[in-house]
Amino acid sequence: MSMSSFFKDCKRFFNYTVFSSKAELKSEVADSYLSWLWWFLDPLLYMFVYTFIAIIVFRSGVPYFPVFVFLGLNTWTFFSKTVRASVKVVQSKKMIVTKVYVPKYMFVFEKIGVYGFKMIVSNLLVVGSMIIYHVPLNWRVIWIIPISMVLLVVTFGISTIISHFGVFVEDLQNVVTVVLQLIFYLSGIFYSIEPIGNVVKGRVPEPYDSILVKLNPIALVITDLRRVMLYGEDPHWVMLSIWFVAGLIMSWVGVTIIYKFENSYVKVI
Amino acid sequence: MAEVTENAISVSDVKIRYRIFKKVSLLKTILAPHKYKKTEMFEAVKGVTFDVPKGEILGIVGKNGSGKSTLLKAIAGIFAPDEGTIDLHGHTVSLLSIGVGFQNKLSGRENIYLSGMLLGFSKAQIDEKIDDIIEFSELGEFIERPVKTYSSGMYSKLAFAITAILETEIMLIDEVLSVGDAKFKKKSYEKMKSLINNEDRTVVIVSHSSETLSKLCDSILWLHDGEIKMQGKCEEVLPIYEEFMS
Repeated sequence: MSMSSFFKDCKRFFNYTVFSSKAELKSEVADSYLSWLWWFLDPLLYMFVYTFIAIIVFRSGVPYFPVFVFLGLNTWTFFSKTVRASVKVVQSKKMIVTKVYVPKYMFVFEKIGVYGFKMIVSNLLVVGSMIIYHVPLNWRVIWIIPISMVLLVVTFGISTIISHFGVFVEDLQNVVTVVLQLIFYLSGIFYSIEPIGNVVKGRVPEPYDSILVKLNPIALVITDLRRVMLYGEDPHWVMLSIWFVAGLIMSWVGVTIIYKFENSYVKVI
Repeated sequence: MAEVTENAISVSDVKIRYRIFKKVSLLKTILAPHKYKKTEMFEAVKGVTFDVPKGEILGIVGKNGSGKSTLLKAIAGIFAPDEGTIDLHGHTVSLLSIGVGFQNKLSGRENIYLSGMLLGFSKAQIDEKIDDIIEFSELGEFIERPVKTYSSGMYSKLAFAITAILETEIMLIDEVLSVGDAKFKKKSYEKMKSLINNEDRTVVIVSHSSETLSKLCDSILWLHDGEIKMQGKCEEVLPIYEEFMS
């Protein structure tokens, strides 16, 4: 299936996707007493919990350790929630799928919208905590834009492929949950995979640290976000570019198989 | 010059197969691979060709499982035919059905936007029609409340109002809808009749009831086991169909 129909469909369903992302965010808080305040309260309360864990339990020598943990967790939460939601995303939209045509990867975009919004809110709190912890501002923070792009295409690619198989494979949810758990521990959220400057040694011995960062795109994104935001170092440009291309390829594969097989989704669910 | 009838829908040699994709379980496949069956094929529509001229009201009849609803869904674009083509000549199309995925926690008003956008309308187009929809649905101030607080009657009234007011050039109707109380039923029937009778609108109705079809339709297509058994004027086809079914 050609890329031109992908862009045409994206344009056509853009408004719907944005509106329904907003609708989902709204409906999550619609019943609660504090309403949209929960968008801030939720990550804020988590931050207190993790600050406690970071300072009291882990006692790491990593500079700005609580900020270091939040940044990793926010990125991880975005990735894992989007991927997990994608497994059953087509089934969950059964009412829509059986009545009108929507390219099914639009539902993945919708999830990215929902969890992306939450990540942005949480990262605003990260900026707040950077000020509290007196993290020196560095011009390299602009590199969060390309790093986020890598996160976005990789997440979209993996999620679209998974959303296709989720239609047919009943126990994929269980498998995905376990695999995500494994990746969680391999992404260095509560520890630093690589050494940070001359201050802290990496927790993973050489050369496995660089292998891990290279092979696990989430570890790469998290490590590089910390490098540019907290420690004023350059990101791993070569690996980022490779994963950007890999993410584009995965997205292309995902979109192509969805176009090819979405016909039969209606007949299965 | 005699006016050439312009077709709104051209269906040519359409075949639709249900690949009976059995859902698979990774665990079961690993534990008992020999039990894994190949996917079966089932042809629901076996090479159907017909045209619907613009403005015509076509009724499709047939027993359960004859492929009527499958064909209708294919015309609506929910899935593409496996073989053959369906050409709508650029007309907009909608499948009139109850509730295009309402979000239960959101208000009726927000759900109107959501459904409307799914049907391919822009926000501006919906803005224009929203007052009519609310008025037709008879929901009054309930429109600002979450859909989950609605009774089932209110729910279907809103759903009907959305699809009925946001008109498309081709309307597909799967079983003539009867929703709400007696008064709303009459009103929705009248509304549907006026929608159907609009000369520019092409309508395809799938129904079991010969009575409704003979009242509403110009011509009838009789599907039997995925093939066209008969096609023609109401008064020609329906009596034979009735006899066949009894």
